[in-house]
Amino acid sequence: MNAETKKLRVATTSLAGCFGCHISFLDIDERLLDLVQLVEFDRSPLTDIKTCGPCDIGIIEGGLCNAENVHVLREFRANCKILIALGACAVNGGLPAQRNHLSLSAILEEVYHAQHGLVDGFIPNDPELPLPLDKVHPIHEVVKVDYFIPGCPPSADAIWKVLTDLLAGKEPELGHGLIHYD
Amino acid sequence: MNKDVTFALSSAGVGESVARGQLDRGGVAMNNKPATFTLDGKTIPFSAGQTLIQAAMAAGVYIPHLCYNPEFKPHGSCKLCTVKADGRHTSSCTHQAQDGMVVESDTKEINDERRALLQMLFVEGNHFCPSCEKSGNCQLQATAYEIGMMSPHFDHFFPDRPLDASHPDYLLDFNRCILCSLCVRASRDVDGKNVFALSGRGIKSHLIVNAKSGRLADTGFSGEDKAAHVCPVGVILKKRVGFAVPIGSRSFDEQPISATPHPGPAAATLPPHPQGACPVGPRSNAATLPPHPTVKDV
Amino acid sequence: MGVESPARQKKRFSRFATIESLLMASPTDTHAEYLDPILSRHQHNANDLLQILIAAQDHYGYIHSDAIDHLSEQLKLPRSKIEGVSGFYSFLHLQANGEYRVLFSDNITDRMLGNMDLMQSMCSQLWVEPGKVSEDGLLSINTTSCTGLCDQGPALLVNNIAINRLTRERVNAIAELIRERVPVSAWPAMFFAIEDNIRRKDILLDSHLKPGSALAALLQRGTHETLHEIRTSALRGRGGAGFSTGLKWEFCRDAPGEQHYVVCNADEGEPGTFKDRVLLNGYADMVFEGMTLCARIVGASKGFLYLRGEYRYLLEHLQAVLQHRRQQKLLGSNILGHADFNFDIEIHLGAGAYICGEESALIESLEGKRGTPRNRPPFPVTHGYLNQPTVVNNVETFASASLIALHGGAWYAAIGTDTSHGTKILSVSGDCERPGLYEYPFGVTVAQVLADCGAQDTQAVQVSGASGVCIAADEFERHIAFDDIPTAGAFMVFDQSRDMFEVARNFVHFFAHESCGFCTPCRVGTSLLSNMMDKLAEGHGSPYDFAEIEKLNALLQSTSHCGLGHSACNPVLDTIAKFRPAYDKRLAQKDFVPAFDLDHALSQARQMTGRDDTGAHLERSHE
Ligand SMILES: Cc1cc2nc3c(=O)[nH]c(=O)nc-3n(C[C@H](O)[C@H](O)[C@H](O)COP(=O)(O)O)c2cc1C
Ligand code: SF4
Ligand code: SF4
Ligand code: SF4
Ligand code: FES
Repeated sequence: MNAETKKLRVATTSLAGCFGCHISFLDIDERLLDLVQLVEFDRSPLTDIKTCGPCDIGIIEGGLCNAENVHVLREFRANCKILIALGACAVNGGLPAQRNHLSLSAILEEVYHAQHGLVDGFIPNDPELPLPLDKVHPIHEVVKVDYFIPGCPPSADAIWKVLTDLLAGKEPELGHGLIHYD
Repeated sequence: MNKDVTFALSSAGVGESVARGQLDRGGVAMNNKPATFTLDGKTIPFSAGQTLIQAAMAAGVYIPHLCYNPEFKPHGSCKLCTVKADGRHTSSCTHQAQDGMVVESDTKEINDERRALLQMLFVEGNHFCPSCEKSGNCQLQATAYEIGMMSPHFDHFFPDRPLDASHPDYLLDFNRCILCSLCVRASRDVDGKNVFALSGRGIKSHLIVNAKSGRLADTGFSGEDKAAHVCPVGVILKKRVGFAVPIGSRSFDEQPISATPHPGPAAATLPPHPQGACPVGPRSNAATLPPHPTVKDV
Repeated sequence: MGVESPARQKKRFSRFATIESLLMASPTDTHAEYLDPILSRHQHNANDLLQILIAAQDHYGYIHSDAIDHLSEQLKLPRSKIEGVSGFYSFLHLQANGEYRVLFSDNITDRMLGNMDLMQSMCSQLWVEPGKVSEDGLLSINTTSCTGLCDQGPALLVNNIAINRLTRERVNAIAELIRERVPVSAWPAMFFAIEDNIRRKDILLDSHLKPGSALAALLQRGTHETLHEIRTSALRGRGGAGFSTGLKWEFCRDAPGEQHYVVCNADEGEPGTFKDRVLLNGYADMVFEGMTLCARIVGASKGFLYLRGEYRYLLEHLQAVLQHRRQQKLLGSNILGHADFNFDIEIHLGAGAYICGEESALIESLEGKRGTPRNRPPFPVTHGYLNQPTVVNNVETFASASLIALHGGAWYAAIGTDTSHGTKILSVSGDCERPGLYEYPFGVTVAQVLADCGAQDTQAVQVSGASGVCIAADEFERHIAFDDIPTAGAFMVFDQSRDMFEVARNFVHFFAHESCGFCTPCRVGTSLLSNMMDKLAEGHGSPYDFAEIEKLNALLQSTSHCGLGHSACNPVLDTIAKFRPAYDKRLAQKDFVPAFDLDHALSQARQMTGRDDTGAHLERSHE
């Protein structure tokens, strides 16, 4: 068996996140070259593939703020053997979840009707648009998640460590300096 | 570490002085032959009346804890300091040491339990570390790093806990309160003010302040109070010092909590930054990793 | 209101006027008017804060914010403390909570008798949602933990007074009385006719002990000798923990202190337990006599009976018994003519907190604090009420001590088994023909009790309440005894038609509601557990959730601060072990599904956008 056939397939996506975690991922810099020796990318902002096929590892940035997020997350869960929550928003909802103490109706009302300068504001109702959930949830509350890399964003080193541990068939572990929630 | 236990002696008016009065600087008993117990195999001397955690701290051994602060009467509520003494679970901050006791602390079983307790504290409140001024100086967070908590695991309660920004100099963000009662004890026992109290019951337990309006501004609270400087998490925060020290270079970014002398009061009194607040600051989350420093704007 | 008839409007208006005048009455001096007599009755003693608050609340049905000003000033207590204490107890309110406060008892036995339907019916008749105050401020309806009327349920409390045997007719009548604003004191007496339902008497319930006779025996035999008799009897506590009573008294006697105290634990909060209620109603003299004996032995001059708020209707009766005993020189100074024998008993009320049955929490509560269990050691026998040596015993323990003082330790020890001496009173309820009190010598089998109470087709018995053990049919030959099935007295019977998962779920809700919130594992863990059981109940459970429940169980048992947290998982553990199919049925999902309803989580957005297309919905689980 040569290295080619053993390449692991990895998919990534950003749900209710800011792409910061993806940028941090790219920050593994030249190690990305080592990484592509070992993995190939499926659906990901890095490849522009739009649907996720069967994968070894799925990496999710961001929590769930709307119906679309739920669909994508489920697609990942269904197709990926290992699912990783990447970054604070995927892990605990992060910044978007700070709206959770407000009712969604109040938020929509405020944004589309009450805001200063809005004339005849209306709440978009195009069926193309995903509906927002009443609360933002971290992904483990909706599907089973195998690993978590906390941080806002997690450092490139933390991401690298988890991926290389997994590739080496080890339980990933982050020591001091690599575990961060901020 | 020795100095950590000694300021217990100086805090007059705080209970349990009998228990602590028998300590000397080294945590060694004053009577002839020090009594000892073993902690994860290591021999720990103690003097009469000392609790397990006091003796362990005096000997430089870290036992995770949140509601314990050597300056105050132990509370025994967070249960992070749980150990097994002679095979039985107990809180090391309230359990008195006994000669010959065999104590386990840093084991997989106990750390798994501590991790679950931490996860409970995280999901019970609203902890969004990236936007918390306490991040990097927070004992809850640092203890979670220490125990290797990668996720909150449980479903979040997402409680609704409004802020109290009424006071000119201090802010109360109840979202992060872990009900350790340190502020209650400090205000009552040291400041003599009773600014803080616990109310409610069970999962509805919450912190209240001593004012008919329910607002901090209408209490006798002042920034000089002991109570202003004991919160292990980011509830009682001084205003206008935001991000004076950048995230990534704070106490527990530099050093894990297990290697930090007792962090309570010191970590809470950060000097105000001359340049003022930096709302979304530059940060380094890889301070200890020289080869690939990532400094990124969020 | 525009379409109301003038007459109805007038009625509404008059109702409003009264309520408003109630709500508006706030200047401090008007509060002083009703608070000052309460304060002087309690000698402005801050240790009596809880008692003062309970009495103060009677005025408006809640504790007015201005009243707290006055109390704070008079008792020299910070406002934060008064609010903190009020916030702890379910029966105290800091906000208006209705002139009529209706609380449906929500033990599993009440559920089995249809309490939920009855509550719904009352709610809809009176246009109020459970847990909320009606718009006109007239009433509120909610549930409360077991009220100790399981043998005559379903039950409710109205303004803290118990009503039993609810039927649809009774509920309709109550709704009408409330609607007509008839004062509770004028409601039909039969509503409040609480029965004793004593079904089997043994040495205790059949003793006909003459008031004073046990004290006379004590004085004749001698204090030291009487303690010896108690030791000889091998009497063990009847409140659950089963500690040797003689030893406890001895420890307390020997503990140094300025004062010693005797406390009778009548908190009886364990779901399914109601024997103390009957003892206090029919055998109060025996209980008080036991306390007095204890006082003589340990050297106490003051005692307390801590009576759970749910039994407030017993207060007058108990006060009368105390008064009678004082007149008979069985209480007060110079008891039975002995100049050095002085002892009196004060009754303290609880206010809806199961945890206050735990002895150290009870003492905190007696001291007017939040009922948080203390760190132990030190134990109450050395550091109890006001840090003085204190005996805390159960009602039945004190009553039994009276018997022993009269008849001797050997007589008592000869009854029961080799390891469990004397008798035990069981509170039998649930699926049986004759619920009520059954007193047996220790050693009786579960099967015998079931036969005596007329239980048929029994699936399980929950012995010793929510924190006790669940006994399955193959264990019915086991014995009620300290070394087999120990019990504080509850004996709830479930026949084959009952769903044991629902039984456990009810108990888990109970613990979550009653957790004092002091320690992390129990405060958060009982709520997590209760959410998980709800998730299973709704059919969204998977083996994942099951494993989670088992992990939580272990954590609560090992790290909780007190017995409540330790036993909060017992009902789940037991029913999982013995009634696994009841759970398997719930594990409908092969894989993890969320605890919340995703489609419902879109409902607000649907409503705001007016959308209902397929994209506006989500399946709970991914097919
Ligand atoms: C959560 C909890 C609730 C309790 N409730 C009661 C109670 O309602 N009545 C009671 O007598 N004992 C109760 N106990 C036991 C008391 O702590 C104490 O052991 C008992 O009152 C001692 O009296 P005894 O030795 O006569 O049984 C409870 C214990 C716990 C942990
Ligand atoms: S209090 Fe600590 S754990 Fe909570 S948000 Fe702030 S830094 Fe994070
Ligand atoms: S505010 Fe801080 S110190 Fe006070 S109880 Fe909460 S976590 Fe503890
Ligand atoms: S176990 Fe529960 S009831 Fe007991 S102290 Fe802890 S929170 Fe309170
Ligand atoms: S540190 Fe001991 S219980 Fe909190």
